[in-house]
Amino acid sequence: MSTSIDSTTLVVPEALVFGPVTRTDFVRYQGASGDMNPIHHDEEFAKAAGFPAPFAVGMFQAGLLASWATAWLGAENVRSYRVRFKEQVWPGDVLTCTGAVTREYAEGDEQRVDLELTCARQTGGVAITAWATFVVPAAS
Amino acid sequence: MANPDAVGRSGSPFTLDVERGKIREFARATGSSDPAYLQGDHPVSPPTFLTTQFFWQDGDANAWQLVELNQQRGLHAEQEYTFFGPPPKAGTRLTAQSTITNMFEKQGRRGGPMTFVEMVTEFRDESGALVAQAKMTGVETGRAPEEEK
Repeated sequence: MSTSIDSTTLVVPEALVFGPVTRTDFVRYQGASGDMNPIHHDEEFAKAAGFPAPFAVGMFQAGLLASWATAWLGAENVRSYRVRFKEQVWPGDVLTCTGAVTREYAEGDEQRVDLELTCARQTGGVAITAWATFVVPAAS
Repeated sequence: MANPDAVGRSGSPFTLDVERGKIREFARATGSSDPAYLQGDHPVSPPTFLTTQFFWQDGDANAWQLVELNQQRGLHAEQEYTFFGPPPKAGTRLTAQSTITNMFEKQGRRGGPMTFVEMVTEFRDESGALVAQAKMTGVETGRAPEEEK
């Protein structure tokens, strides 16, 4: 059933490099999202919980990675986005968001692609892995 | 400790208005300057935007509180959004409801036993059509994990 799609539409764009991330980035995301867990901005609370500093809300880097993917394939075209949180992101980290197409296929009369995406820290450690599905509009 | 009796329980339905200003704020906070989020009267919402459901869950609408996870040892393990068409646009009024769907334990490599909890939230538009579904997996660790070296 699957038909190939125009691969010229699927050239992976340049990675998004973001940072060094700051507590301000965390706080701005927390305000935007409504998740005000103090472990992401309150130094004393984070230390009392056994962490060396406040760390990023996982959904912050999930949002960054989604921003990279939708800038590439179109915000209206996303049909699923699943994130697994792996390593915490700390103030001062530089994050690199990128990804690759893992599958191209037809579903009904739509062309779709599945992606595997990563947001990595400057250490090489993977902060999050994500999987996304996008509809690919017919080339005009 | 997580409360196992929470499984199968739902929060009360709540309304979520997808708003242009909130989309702009969220896009800015997630490193995006994509015109799709910033231009026009009815921009589309970003893939993780429905996390803003927190703002709309008053009182009994927040099913997550039924789980009673320890906030100091609670972490987000996975998050998934599924869209049954384009993501909702500014101007859409969604009705949503969250249900605690699963809870299970695993032995962690560090930090002792871990309790995983899953919550599914369904978002319907004014016609009652299911437009999006969110699935959150949270984990309560036995003790605070050490920083990755």
